[in-house]
Amino acid sequence: MENIIIWLIPLPPLLSFFAIILFTNKNKALSHGIAVGAAVLSWLGSMVIFIRAIGVEQFGKHVFGSSINWLPTGTSWLKIGVLIDPLSAAVIFFVAWTVLAIFVYSIGYHNFGQPKGDHDVAGLPPHGATITEHGHKHTVPSIEPMYSRFFAFISLFAFGMYTLVVSDNLLTLFIGWEIMGLCSYLLIGFWFGKPSARNAAVKAFMTTRIGDVFMLLGIAFVYSFTGSLSFKEIFKPEMLNALASTPAFLGLSAAGIIGLLLFIGSVGKSAQWPLHVWLPDAMEGPTPVSAMIHAATMVSAGVFMAIRVFPLISAGWVEGMPLNTTMSIIAFIGSFTALFAATIAVAQNDIKRVLAYSTISQLGFMIAALGIGAYVAAAFHLVTHAFFKALLFLGSGSVIHGMEHGVLHTGDHVDPQDMFNMGGLRKKMPITFWTYLIGGFALSGFPVLTAGFWSKDEIFAEAFGNGHLVVFIVLAIAAFLTAFYTMRQITLTFFGQPRSAAADHATETKWTMTLPLIVLAVFAVSFGWVGIPEHFPGIGGLFPNWFHEFVGSTLAETPGAVAFSWVPLVTSLSVALGGLFFGWLVYRKVNTPSQDFLQIPVLKNKWYFDEIYQVVFIKPASWIAETFTSLYMDQKVIDGFLHGAARFSLFLGHAFRNYFDKPVINEFIGDGTGSVVKTSGSELRKIQAGRIQYYMIASIAILVIISLLYYFILA
Amino acid sequence: MTADRIIFLLTAGVILGSAIMVVVTRKLIHAALWLVAALFGVAILYGILQAGFLAVVQVVVYIGAIAILFIFAVMLTRKETLEKGTQTRPNWWLPGILGLIILIGLIILITGHIDFNRTAEQIPTNIDTLRLLGVALVSPDAFVLPFEIASVLLLAALVGAVFVASGKKE
Amino acid sequence: MSIPLSWYLILAAALFCIGLFGVLSRKNAIAILLGIELMLNAVNINLVAFWRYQDPVKMTGQVFAIIVFAVAAAEVAVGLALIISVYRRRKTVIADEIDLMKW
Repeated sequence: MENIIIWLIPLPPLLSFFAIILFTNKNKALSHGIAVGAAVLSWLGSMVIFIRAIGVEQFGKHVFGSSINWLPTGTSWLKIGVLIDPLSAAVIFFVAWTVLAIFVYSIGYHNFGQPKGDHDVAGLPPHGATITEHGHKHTVPSIEPMYSRFFAFISLFAFGMYTLVVSDNLLTLFIGWEIMGLCSYLLIGFWFGKPSARNAAVKAFMTTRIGDVFMLLGIAFVYSFTGSLSFKEIFKPEMLNALASTPAFLGLSAAGIIGLLLFIGSVGKSAQWPLHVWLPDAMEGPTPVSAMIHAATMVSAGVFMAIRVFPLISAGWVEGMPLNTTMSIIAFIGSFTALFAATIAVAQNDIKRVLAYSTISQLGFMIAALGIGAYVAAAFHLVTHAFFKALLFLGSGSVIHGMEHGVLHTGDHVDPQDMFNMGGLRKKMPITFWTYLIGGFALSGFPVLTAGFWSKDEIFAEAFGNGHLVVFIVLAIAAFLTAFYTMRQITLTFFGQPRSAAADHATETKWTMTLPLIVLAVFAVSFGWVGIPEHFPGIGGLFPNWFHEFVGSTLAETPGAVAFSWVPLVTSLSVALGGLFFGWLVYRKVNTPSQDFLQIPVLKNKWYFDEIYQVVFIKPASWIAETFTSLYMDQKVIDGFLHGAARFSLFLGHAFRNYFDKPVINEFIGDGTGSVVKTSGSELRKIQAGRIQYYMIASIAILVIISLLYYFILA
Repeated sequence: MTADRIIFLLTAGVILGSAIMVVVTRKLIHAALWLVAALFGVAILYGILQAGFLAVVQVVVYIGAIAILFIFAVMLTRKETLEKGTQTRPNWWLPGILGLIILIGLIILITGHIDFNRTAEQIPTNIDTLRLLGVALVSPDAFVLPFEIASVLLLAALVGAVFVASGKKE
Repeated sequence: MSIPLSWYLILAAALFCIGLFGVLSRKNAIAILLGIELMLNAVNINLVAFWRYQDPVKMTGQVFAIIVFAVAAAEVAVGLALIISVYRRRKTVIADEIDLMKW
């Protein structure tokens, strides 16, 4: 019974996509109704499965799932199927909630119910409609022209994510992965009229593609080595041992190489350094997109996949051993990215950019946790981060909406996303403020009350407890910066006085937008309490560490809880609270960017990585495409060759015609024969003189000559 | 040099001399008369060859009919102006050379054959050559066919000559 | 009969060549016919000589000679008729002037 439900979970969003595209595109209400309905159905299915899953004793050993024969491959079949084990049960829980929340939020975000804009074109963000209300005109936000299309795309996206989560093999996981990549391109470039959006979409697709290529290589390697792509087959202990002990390239074992290749896919998808450049630009898409893709689902998919293939990554490693090469690389990239992105986030002024870099940084935390072998901690942070980051993004969308309302109302055309134009919004948009505060505290790791604290603390504990001090210190610094810039953001946005007329006139957004915020805030607070470590002073032991037991049982052996130590706890408390305090302290007086001492150019310009990539990769690539291949090879060489061949043929034709055909065949042979015959005829006919004695003399003379010849020469 | 050889040589001289005169004389009437003389010589030769019938036929047919015919033709086509000037074509030496070459060639061929130097055998006296000729001309297993066809030929010639020479204007 | 055959043959050859000369070199058409007569007579001499010296009993030679006579007569008749007819039309008997069959 459960298996049927699991198979059906990804289906409603897919059907909703086709229905909207093919049939209900014109009818906005019907489109969002179908989309939200589909999201509700999938949510329902996911909840049923989740509840059943947590009810099973030792779920890790009795997972749900089934598979079917799909591709015939000679002697055997390639099977595909669904699998809900503890890890995917936890993930599907948050995916279902966040997807539903974002779908509902999108109704309000795209101004359903508002009039059509004055000069709104499909492809550009809506600009507002002028309505006459009690005598005077004012501009109100207008409905998005491509409303239905948006819901179609996010439905397809939801389908991709569900497919990825429920799949039991690398192939369908990769299919879901790629569908999400496609939808991310479509959605980032949703407002395709803006060149910046178009470029951002291409950048996102290209960058994640790089990761995807390596991932595909990894998948191919898996298949060629093991003959199967199902997780059940690959993660069998004998298989893992075989993979771990077979040497492959670059001094790594087969498992190491596979793990590395698959991880590179994750680097692309989850925007780790060096493939991080697409995520900030992806803020060009509408905010629900940013929330969905870049907080809750797509980037989480990268980490989810990495966690999924943790047995491969850690093949041959047991707790207590030094990390193998792949894990070291992963830990390095994760922690480096965490710090790197945090340093950039402190210098950003756009509200969404801060959150984008924050996402990159938090994903770095998860990847680092995975790299040091903290399986459960990584999964825990994945789930909590999804909730509070989605909350933060949706909250920022609400803020931007409020600002836009102010912009339209006052006619004061400021950038509604620039934090330095905001201020004092806590009075104007209370629900948004409180939920955003909860999200921000969760992100910073505010103790006990927020989910983020518990998951971050677990990462710190694992890092410190297993002796990975470098990782510990780097992550601690990153956590401090996280709290700092989060408070900076909240202070600039919500506290103080409004710094522009638009901010002064901002209003709270509709219930379709604030309700999802509230729901997500509830989870952001409470979800952490399912993962309280046992040895936590005070509260620990009151509730069992359900999350650890549940998710940990996905692995062949449940990882043991790390021994409690005061150091990581104190560190996490101090960096969180300290960062928050300093952030508030510094920024409550700052009103303009010039007063902000952290507007260092290096940080503001993202350590110039975009520029570096432009010079090192983009320019040569476009040179190769435009100049080398197109101009030199194609136009000059190949076309030149063709033109030369054509010219040569033409020349040959002319030469043949003029030098051979006309003079030789026409004149010499054709006319020549004629004139030779004519001349010889006109000469020879004079023989016929009509005088017989001529004839007779001639014949007798010839006779004599011949007989003389005969007698003297031949006979 | 027996008597027949002398007679032969005289006859040959007559023949050849008359023949040369035939082809050389200016006046055509004289040529015709010289032809008569040549034909007479040939008749004598037939006599020497003991083909008496042929000698008579020669005189009667050739001289009596053909030569007379020639004389008539000459008379009918006579033009005074025709007999002034040369009678031979401008390049008469070419046929002369040709004839000489042919003659020399033939003489060489003839004298080269040893067989041709023999002399004639005697005709057996009991054979009547004339009677044999008559039989040969009319007997079916001999030469009656050519004989008859020759007569048809003569008929054709007769009709044709009459028709061609009558010159009717229509 | 002690005349060698070759003498007859040489005589005939000479007569033939004289006739040939006459045919080829005389202007007047009738003179050409005279030359032809000489040639025919030379042939006849050859025939009769061979009859006499080969096999006088078989009459082949003489019969041939008689046929030649007939043919010669016929030919002269027709030829002269033709010449007279041509003379009536073109008022000429010079062979070179009868050249309507030229190119």
